[in-house]
Amino acid sequence: MSATRRTAARRVPETATQRLGRLLDMVPWLLQHRGVSIAEAAQEFGVDEHQVVEDLELLFVCGTPGYGHAELIDAQWDSGHIYLDNADDIAAPMRLTRDEAVTLTAGLQALGSTLVGSDVAERTLEKIRAAAATTVGEPTGRIDLDLDDGSQHAAMATLKDAFARGRRVHLRYYVATRDESTERDVDIMRILNLDAQWYVEGYCHRAEDVRLFRLDRIEDASVLDLDGTPPADARPRDLDDVFVPGENDVTVVIEASRWAAWIADYYPNEGVERGPDGSLRVTLKVADPALVRRLVLRLGGEARVLEPPELVDAVALEARSALAAYGPNG
Amino acid sequence: MSPASASADKTERLLNLILALKSARRPVSKQKIRESLPAYAAATSDEAFDRMFERDKDELREMGIPITTTVLDVLFDDEVGYRIDASETTLPAISFEADEVAALALAARAWSTASISGAASAGLRKLRLSGVEIDESVAAGAEPRIRTKEPAFEAVHAAVSALQPITFDYRRNDGELTTRHVQPWALKNWHGRWYLTGFDVDRGDERAFRLSRFEGAVRRKGRPGSYAVPSDHVPEVALEAQLPEPEGTAVVRVRHGRGHTLRRYAQRTTEVDERWAEIEVPYRRGTTERDVVALGTHAVAVSPPELVDGVRSALRAVLDAQTVPAGQGGRPDDVQVRTGEHA
Repeated sequence: MSATRRTAARRVPETATQRLGRLLDMVPWLLQHRGVSIAEAAQEFGVDEHQVVEDLELLFVCGTPGYGHAELIDAQWDSGHIYLDNADDIAAPMRLTRDEAVTLTAGLQALGSTLVGSDVAERTLEKIRAAAATTVGEPTGRIDLDLDDGSQHAAMATLKDAFARGRRVHLRYYVATRDESTERDVDIMRILNLDAQWYVEGYCHRAEDVRLFRLDRIEDASVLDLDGTPPADARPRDLDDVFVPGENDVTVVIEASRWAAWIADYYPNEGVERGPDGSLRVTLKVADPALVRRLVLRLGGEARVLEPPELVDAVALEARSALAAYGPNG
Repeated sequence: MSPASASADKTERLLNLILALKSARRPVSKQKIRESLPAYAAATSDEAFDRMFERDKDELREMGIPITTTVLDVLFDDEVGYRIDASETTLPAISFEADEVAALALAARAWSTASISGAASAGLRKLRLSGVEIDESVAAGAEPRIRTKEPAFEAVHAAVSALQPITFDYRRNDGELTTRHVQPWALKNWHGRWYLTGFDVDRGDERAFRLSRFEGAVRRKGRPGSYAVPSDHVPEVALEAQLPEPEGTAVVRVRHGRGHTLRRYAQRTTEVDERWAEIEVPYRRGTTERDVVALGTHAVAVSPPELVDGVRSALRAVLDAQTVPAGQGGRPDDVQVRTGEHA
């Protein structure tokens, strides 16, 4: 028995109208991409090849009243390539659905705050509204994105400038795990915001590899008079993998009182066990245990490390040594 | 009939209805629709057909495909014809400027790491099919990415879209688990975290809920569209704990090259010796203590006295918590006991 609470993302079966929506999207696309392979169609619509074939089989039996050979949609895919005919009535792309309009609208509104300029965003929004289905209603407001534009970071303007002009940058960068400043030259590959944090990803000539830097830890940035094109084999990392624990990560178990229970919410973790009094035990995978030491110190007795034993000792030693600075009675 | 094939039958029926109405030169009477579509012809009674037809019309409207009616015979105005107006359903030709296309690509790309990325890219695909050239690799100065890693996101998004009341278990700030009944109004992403705003039925008031605090399944309770979102609703989330106002100045000794978290607020830095600097920062009760304690042996509080006391007692508390006698903590069997009580 385990009290570890994990809410598994359950796969909801597709509804009849969701599938219909895909079919109505697929028909114009297939008509404009005659002879496309089943695999390409599957990739375009985010389904597996088996589903594409089932969709074609369904289209094949639909048509206009009479439902004879002349009325039915014609679909051929035996060769692995798809040819669709006799679907003129639904050949034109449909207006944007609510979800399509809402996501694009919310994205544009958020960008418009400063990232692309509000006049561009407003013009584009007008056109998206005109493209939305007449029954969508006002798509604004259902999803609201409050993104920060990074202007609070002193380095942002310098980085954008260097990136736009293809120049290398010099960074003084604070490494939190070692609590020290480092100097590096970086060829920028992209500047992005992920989970409310701005990052610059680029080829670091000191590490001789692609690195992700947090903008709030860049103490100083300057544009160098050097070409900033990253090496041809440098690849940005898949964003989904950025925070995936590495092989060498240490498993740490922390017990936190209800007052420090927010840490389970705040740090990506491997599982949480909750006690009846609101306290909890959270298991984390960390690349550098020094981060945990600092976190537990910061929590001032509202949390403690349970595992690994070396870290338990390290936290206790650090607290004892720090206390010594205040005299023999600590 | 299996649910899967019932669903496929329905997709087929709806698609045939669309094709029948779009291909017809003029509005089609209900009787004609019933006779010509095999799925409707199979209905066992007028009532069964009426129910099916009305539901199908509602679902198509919900998808953005409205079926409109016109009077077929001016002398007998109770006979109406049904039609799907191409101008209402077909994407109109819209031309976009280069900067607008770039903005669109960026807006769609912001969703690329989210579970509903499909909707944004489907929207772009339609525009592309109607002739808009969109280069998704357009280099942007700075690009935001939205993620939807909260397990409750999809269910809550569906409920917000359909305006359908939901019930869910929610962990409050103090760790207490409560069951909430909410009419969802909007989803808000505030600096990377998702919130639901809506009307909390039990509390009779507007509330915001953080999606990462939802536990277990989101249950749908009630009919879609059974309430309206107030027209003046602006999704707001209570701001996270803000920094307390500074009360004077704190003096802290920090090792050279260390203590970035404190140094960035430093109003003055004085070299003490080859190992230490003394910095002056705004004193924020509670926050400054935690910043100093987190630095361990690399920072020593100097003044004011309450900061020094606060840091010392926090360090002592850490030491006490970390050196509990064996048997009082850190044992796996201890976990099991608690688990039993909890479950």
